Amino acid sequence: MDGATASKEGDVILELKDVAMYFGKVAALAGATLQVHRGEIHSVIGPNGAGKTVMMNCISGLYRPQKGEIYFKGERINDFKPYERAEKGMSRTFQKVEVFGGMTVLDNIRLGRHIHMKTGILSGSVYLGKTAREEIENRKFIEEEIIDLLEIEHIRHKPVGMLPYGLQKRVELGRALALKPDLLILDEPLAGLNLEETEDMARFVIDVNEDPRWNITCLLVEHDMGVVMDLSHRVFVLNFGNMIMDGTPQEVQNNPEVIKAYLGEEDLYATRR
Amino acid sequence: MPHADSAVGSQAERAPEIPAELTIPKLFLQKARQYGKDRVAMREKEFGIWRPITWQDYLDNVKHIALGLIKLGLQEDDKVAMIGDNRPEGLMAEMAALCARGIGVWLFQDCLMDEVRYIIDHSDAKFLVGEGQEEVDKALSIIKDCPKLKKIIYDDPKGLRHYKQDCLISLQEVQQLGRELEKEKPHLFEELIQKGHGEEIALLFYTSGTTALPKGALLSHHNMLSMGRSLMEIDPCEETDDYVSYLPFAWIGEQMMSISCGLQVGYTLNFPEDPSTSQENIREIGPHVMFAPPRMYEQMTRTVQVKYLDASWLKRMFFKFATWAGYRYADLKFSKKGIPFHWRLLHGFAMVTVQKKLKDHLGMSRVRNAYTGGAAMGPDHFRFFHSLGVNLKQIYGQTEVAGISVVHRSADIKFDTVGHPIPGTEVRIAEDGEILTRSPSVFKGYYKNPEATTKTLKEGWLYSGDKGFIDDDGHLVVFDRTKDVFTLTDGRPFAPQYLETRLKFSPYIKDAWVIGDRRDYLVAVMCIDYSVVSNWADQRKLNYTSYQELSQMPEVYELVEKQIRQANRDLPEVAKLRKFTNLYKEFDADDDELTRTRKLRRAFVEKRYKVIVDALYSEAGSVHIDTAIKYEDGRQVQIVTDLKIIPITA
Repeated sequence: MDGATASKEGDVILELKDVAMYFGKVAALAGATLQVHRGEIHSVIGPNGAGKTVMMNCISGLYRPQKGEIYFKGERINDFKPYERAEKGMSRTFQKVEVFGGMTVLDNIRLGRHIHMKTGILSGSVYLGKTAREEIENRKFIEEEIIDLLEIEHIRHKPVGMLPYGLQKRVELGRALALKPDLLILDEPLAGLNLEETEDMARFVIDVNEDPRWNITCLLVEHDMGVVMDLSHRVFVLNFGNMIMDGTPQEVQNNPEVIKAYLGEEDLYATRR
Repeated sequence: MPHADSAVGSQAERAPEIPAELTIPKLFLQKARQYGKDRVAMREKEFGIWRPITWQDYLDNVKHIALGLIKLGLQEDDKVAMIGDNRPEGLMAEMAALCARGIGVWLFQDCLMDEVRYIIDHSDAKFLVGEGQEEVDKALSIIKDCPKLKKIIYDDPKGLRHYKQDCLISLQEVQQLGRELEKEKPHLFEELIQKGHGEEIALLFYTSGTTALPKGALLSHHNMLSMGRSLMEIDPCEETDDYVSYLPFAWIGEQMMSISCGLQVGYTLNFPEDPSTSQENIREIGPHVMFAPPRMYEQMTRTVQVKYLDASWLKRMFFKFATWAGYRYADLKFSKKGIPFHWRLLHGFAMVTVQKKLKDHLGMSRVRNAYTGGAAMGPDHFRFFHSLGVNLKQIYGQTEVAGISVVHRSADIKFDTVGHPIPGTEVRIAEDGEILTRSPSVFKGYYKNPEATTKTLKEGWLYSGDKGFIDDDGHLVVFDRTKDVFTLTDGRPFAPQYLETRLKFSPYIKDAWVIGDRRDYLVAVMCIDYSVVSNWADQRKLNYTSYQELSQMPEVYELVEKQIRQANRDLPEVAKLRKFTNLYKEFDADDDELTRTRKLRRAFVEKRYKVIVDALYSEAGSVHIDTAIKYEDGRQVQIVTDLKIIPITA
């Protein structure tokens, strides 16, 4: 990956200014400042308990930070509800898959598309003209862009709960993509996947980031250092709620503080490679 | 010299007339003009919907690809290689190559790099038409070693954003070049087609070969067309029929159904969405005719058996009843004596309650004729399908006769034979038992291999290398590869495939390898079916982590032993298995243990697993294995394990 060259000054899509979150007296996140530019894959790394997921939850609206400001596309979104943030063009996946196990793959993905459906209950019950047209357009998008991209044709009608974990993760990504977001938050998309699944998932992330039809900015939380260094344009390092640095993968790899805090734990994090 | 043999020849029926100058492209043009926009030539499931391609679309696409190839420098007799899953573009590329007076070469989709390199280099291919990134990657990594390869064509641009090599070109661009050429020379396409003659070479077909490097068989247009016409005389298809094309085009059987027969009849070819959805897609289409190697039918039987194991008590009872009635009915039908009324009644009841639905789930509701060939099929599988009322027939043939030469007739099916020769085909048995064939479909020779050609083709007779005999009803019985036939302790010949297919009828067993040529007794190396046995183990709360561990569990050994005892029943003493072991892995074509059509390469496995074979013939109770396995991605894993050896006492 041509990491350094790609992170040129683009317009900022997401900005965190001194965001802090406390649970009692524990500072889960102590003043994080971050700028994510359009078109980037921006990774967030840090040891367990560093506050990465807290940060993602603050951005997606699951938590409300006690301090600091979050701007999305230039708008302050601190007081926005999660669904309002989704409407603005933000979607996410979770560290532990949060799919609807009893529903089929297709239904799960359709659910992500719901936000783009404009027709209401009444016209839906008649299902003529505009409603039918809208449904067909959305079907086209789901089939041609998502199912084809993620290669899940064979499980289209299977209940998600019956699928292996790797495929469930893929379905979750599909649902997040159905929103056609501008910013995609991926919370450990590779956790629990085998080598082949990891490679597939990394390929999908690159695809949605680079393909001109998608061009999605990705905020990636991940432990797999090899993937992070290969994929990311910029890397943000957290440790015990404190920001250590924000820079290109090369800079991060050479920073002694980062090595001490994180990369040094060779035995803990290097085992997967 | 065939005439000197004590041959038991089969009288040839009159061959159907095919004009000598007819070629595949000429026939294609004729059909496309006849049907035009009114009829669907192909259907592909894409994005969840079956999309039709009319004969007119088919013609336009082929025309532009053909002219595009010419613009790129294709000349007469240049080879165009193709690789990829079954899809309309693959067939169009093949047809275009033929129309442009080139020669088609198909590669198996899962060919390893060395095989691709060998075939591309040996065939002197100038173009390679691949599907997407995977094929392009393969081609790019060998292009340095194959200087004759000029262009790599792909039709799915997914993942190819950053590929900037000059030798790459998309199928759309090729077609654009073709359109430009068409404007300059509007009649070129038809002129090229009219130049053709039936005796010219159409396809260069590489045989998988259980023993040596693949050999390239040269097949003419006439070979292909006469074979298809002969088969269609016996079992006519209609133009309204549907056929699902999902087996590799690099297998002659698929060429026979899609080109030789498909083009002459004009039935619709259906392409599944993805290889993994083919079974589902077959059910949606409900084809009228099917042709697959035994492993496909074995897989279907296994699916049914596994579902049976998981079904509720009532369903199991109904299934038991239905198979009992079905088997009885099928046996009565095979014996060609009348079927008593009460059996018809019972069979009808079984049909309504179970078998109709079962057939529907297998996608066989509308099947008029189902064929199997390419390897031996066990009588148990064969009877199973007939008990369902599926008209399954064995065929016998090889690449060298452009497909098939012998087939069962509908009212005359015996599951241990392969039937009668098709019209225009003569079959003789040489003195040593080798099967010889003479017909208009016998190939023109091996490409760049005159030695093999003279060995195989003598005075118009094809020496198959298979052993067999002709039984009292005039049916051909095939013993399988000559060198595979065992001699038992009492001097009798014995085909190990017979026992292996019997073993494979058990859903728990994926592969079996029987050893014992000129030995004191027979032994076997078994490969369990991971998905079925792991399901079985889960139900019994057995703990395991891998195939290797599962295969070595005492409970699994007991299970396999039970299956072997079942297969051993009603066999003469000398033909019974005495010892076996479970292998720590499945046989795999990537490890050269199987051919691409999943036939066991005996000589190879015998060498590779010599330790195991030796242990099976010693007094040892186990055998120590210390070996390396290489995965597709290059990782290497050391396997250290002890395989148990279980004796089977009478």
